[in-house]
Amino acid sequence: MNSEQSMNEQTLDQLQRAAFGYFLQAVNPANGLIADTSREHSPASIGVVGFALSAYPVAVERGWMARADAADRALATLRFFHDSDQSGSPEATGYKGFYYHFLDMHTGARVWRSELSMIDSALLIAGALTAGRYFTANSADEIQLRELVDVLYRRVDWSWAQHGGATINHGWKPESGFFHYCWDGYSEAIVLYVLALGSPTHPIEGDCYQAWTATYQWENLYGYDFLYAGPLFVHQFSHAWIDFRGIRDRFMREKRCDYFENSRRATEVQREYARRNPHGFAGYDENCWGLTACDGPRNQMPELAHERRRLFGYAARGVPYGPDDGTLGGWAALASLPSLPFAPEVALCAARNMLQRYPEILSAQQYTSSFNPTLTSADRGPWVSTGHFGLDQGIVVMMIENYRTQLIWRLMRDCPYVGTGLRRAGFRGGWL
Amino acid sequence: MPQRNDPYSTAPQDAHERERLENVHPGGWRNPQPAVRYSLAVVGAGTAGLVAAHAAAALGAKVTLIERDLLGGDCLNVGCVPSKTLIRTSHLYADMRNAEQYVAQTPANIRVDFPAVMQRMRGIRARISRADSVRRLIAAGVDVFFGQACFTGTDALTVDGAKLRFKKALIATGARPDTPSIPGLVEAGYLTNENVFDLTELPRRLLVIGGGPLGCELAQAFCRFGAQTIITQNWPLFLPKEERDAAQLLSDAFARDGIEVRLNTRAVNVRVEGGQKLVDLVSDDYKSTVAVDAILTGTGRVPNVEGMNLDAAGVDFDTTTGIRVDDFLQTSNRRIYAAGDACLEHKFTHTADASARIVVQNALFLGRQRLSALTIPWCTYTDPAIAHVGIYVRQARAQDIPVKTFTIPMHDVDRAIADGEEAGFVKIHVRERTDRILGATIVARHAGEMINEITLALVAGIGLRTLARVIHAYPTQAEAIKKAADAYNRTRLTPTIQSMLRRWLAW
Repeated sequence: MNSEQSMNEQTLDQLQRAAFGYFLQAVNPANGLIADTSREHSPASIGVVGFALSAYPVAVERGWMARADAADRALATLRFFHDSDQSGSPEATGYKGFYYHFLDMHTGARVWRSELSMIDSALLIAGALTAGRYFTANSADEIQLRELVDVLYRRVDWSWAQHGGATINHGWKPESGFFHYCWDGYSEAIVLYVLALGSPTHPIEGDCYQAWTATYQWENLYGYDFLYAGPLFVHQFSHAWIDFRGIRDRFMREKRCDYFENSRRATEVQREYARRNPHGFAGYDENCWGLTACDGPRNQMPELAHERRRLFGYAARGVPYGPDDGTLGGWAALASLPSLPFAPEVALCAARNMLQRYPEILSAQQYTSSFNPTLTSADRGPWVSTGHFGLDQGIVVMMIENYRTQLIWRLMRDCPYVGTGLRRAGFRGGWL
Repeated sequence: MPQRNDPYSTAPQDAHERERLENVHPGGWRNPQPAVRYSLAVVGAGTAGLVAAHAAAALGAKVTLIERDLLGGDCLNVGCVPSKTLIRTSHLYADMRNAEQYVAQTPANIRVDFPAVMQRMRGIRARISRADSVRRLIAAGVDVFFGQACFTGTDALTVDGAKLRFKKALIATGARPDTPSIPGLVEAGYLTNENVFDLTELPRRLLVIGGGPLGCELAQAFCRFGAQTIITQNWPLFLPKEERDAAQLLSDAFARDGIEVRLNTRAVNVRVEGGQKLVDLVSDDYKSTVAVDAILTGTGRVPNVEGMNLDAAGVDFDTTTGIRVDDFLQTSNRRIYAAGDACLEHKFTHTADASARIVVQNALFLGRQRLSALTIPWCTYTDPAIAHVGIYVRQARAQDIPVKTFTIPMHDVDRAIADGEEAGFVKIHVRERTDRILGATIVARHAGEMINEITLALVAGIGLRTLARVIHAYPTQAEAIKKAADAYNRTRLTPTIQSMLRRWLAW
């Protein structure tokens, strides 16, 4: 290991630990809920709680948290969801085993008139299953923890979320019912479909997954053949839990690829886009990229090389068609790390380069959600998103761990529900 | 058959309008004495009817053409011609405001003279109406009748008291705007393509209901003329039949233009208060009310099938999908055919034209030409424009056809960069591991021009390997198509072939 890599290893450790620190800072220990962001009055996000539940095993393995404390924290979380109001009323916590996207940090009641979110519920359940696979001791706490995980998973009525359609619906509100659009087109929803297929109690119909993959587009872009999706997080979120190396569904068998390799290619496409930098934004190059779901400098309209471009707030930025307002998620490069096993330096160089050029993108050693080098002021440097977002910290913790030890992947490979779900989706080969 | 509220334009009756009406429905017109029997009776003188009448007459058939309103149909009078004329002017205003992108000076005090814009439109419409004029039809030997056609049997119809017998007939009565059933809309008054081109004053605030082609095109044009424009669409994206990326690019373009985009939103109620129209909008559980001066609806079209006594003719029809035809465009009455919007899913002028030519062959010359054999491109003339031909990826996958897409973003095309017109892409879909083109979508400022090359390739059976050999003038935006073909060729360089080439070149 040369000195440069050594520095990276040390930096990685610092970044991973700092990212995990978010879950200690933003938690309500009484119910395990984690704030969506570190901003004042932020509610809890159930997706972020899913990341936290997945991160506790990492913290134990790395010695950042005692096993008993981590189990306690996970148990508090699971107890809360188990006992929560599942009536589906506007102030409840959930319905049909799903949960509202945003919850009050203290009471756990729905806030912001948020939707019953299918994908965020899946991230929460994935986190619960991860914790369930890790905390396998025969202590009373860990036994109860595993029982609660099982109850939470089994009570999710995934088939209800189809609402009679071919694919899974995006969400539901007590005031207006189901949304009128579904999960179509390649997205971060594989983990949702896998969990929904693996259920022993309320699985979705078998052809639901095929209906979803029927909306895929296999494209040759910038010289790379890949399953197209613009934002980088789409190629990372499901991959944080599921080890896609060597396993293929029917679509990927036909394309002689897999979702793991696909994410590598998607990363290369990001680099190609940043190298081209069609809108002439400051900073973009092959070592400075990360168009993904992140915060942004909404409502500003600077003149950019004679081109007026709209700026966005929190948005799923993507390539090559945008939205692109010059805002990058600095953490996205590290989240690509495990998908680059033969060329980790691609992600490491980008992460190091962005940190060196724009040290402001870290605050309290944690990644901010995003930065925009085009919007630079003389005294403050590039525009940087305020505070921290839980999803970003979670994906950094998990993906660095998968790169280093594959811990999360190993845990979930042993989860029978995931194995069943993958097989029902038509996945074969590899570790399956 | 439902009539338009105003059979004739309420636009200013200037010289242009007088010329147009003289061409497409002359004042004081007297229908001719009917012939004993016509080889072909054509009901409806829109694009399909005119094409069929001229083609059949040119081939020697005795033809009658019956029109209840205006020759030229929607395309000339209230469709493609006036809308594209307005869109061209709106492009120019957008370019003027965007002049700094080209380091040109933005003109001071850009003022839109809307009445003059509409006058230009009327002038161009009048000029183009000459091609559809009654004089040309008479000169071609066609007997033109103005009036409502009504079938009296399987081989006869009446119009304006005259009985016309025919060997074969073509129903080409077109379609009309579908009115959304929103409480209060009719009472408040609204615009459709049938009366929007009669405007003489730009609405200060405009709500466009419906994110289909017409709604999208006119929302952008009116916004560029200076109307505060809101567009609502009851889906997550505009143009729901098109690719997600195409619709996404259009949403971005709308936002840049300053259109207020309301996706996943339904208009549920309209009322008039203080001279303005208040429209209640609902998006899931969020309710809001917008105040506007005009409402334009673009929520689809319904076929004109009523009032012709089709039952007497033995012609099956459905009020939603139109006249039932087989693949040869023959109706349930073997003497009678249909063409154009009255029977087709794809309601485009060029489809009406192509279907009319099929009918002439099949009706008069025992032809067996099939509608399904047509390759039909289409284009929504927004900026950027969105054009498509062939099948979509989702259709290919639904048919289990392995499909791969070669994508060239316009920001990789030199001419698009030089023109500052980089928003868009060329996507060509091929059968996987072959060069056979299945379809294509193009988003570009001139997508409508560019799609024709792909249509030619599809019709002629030209694959990407051949397209890669076609020298494209440099620099042109259509070079994107060549680049897609080149990208295909590069995928043929498998590692084995690359290794062989290296050995050859090292030798």
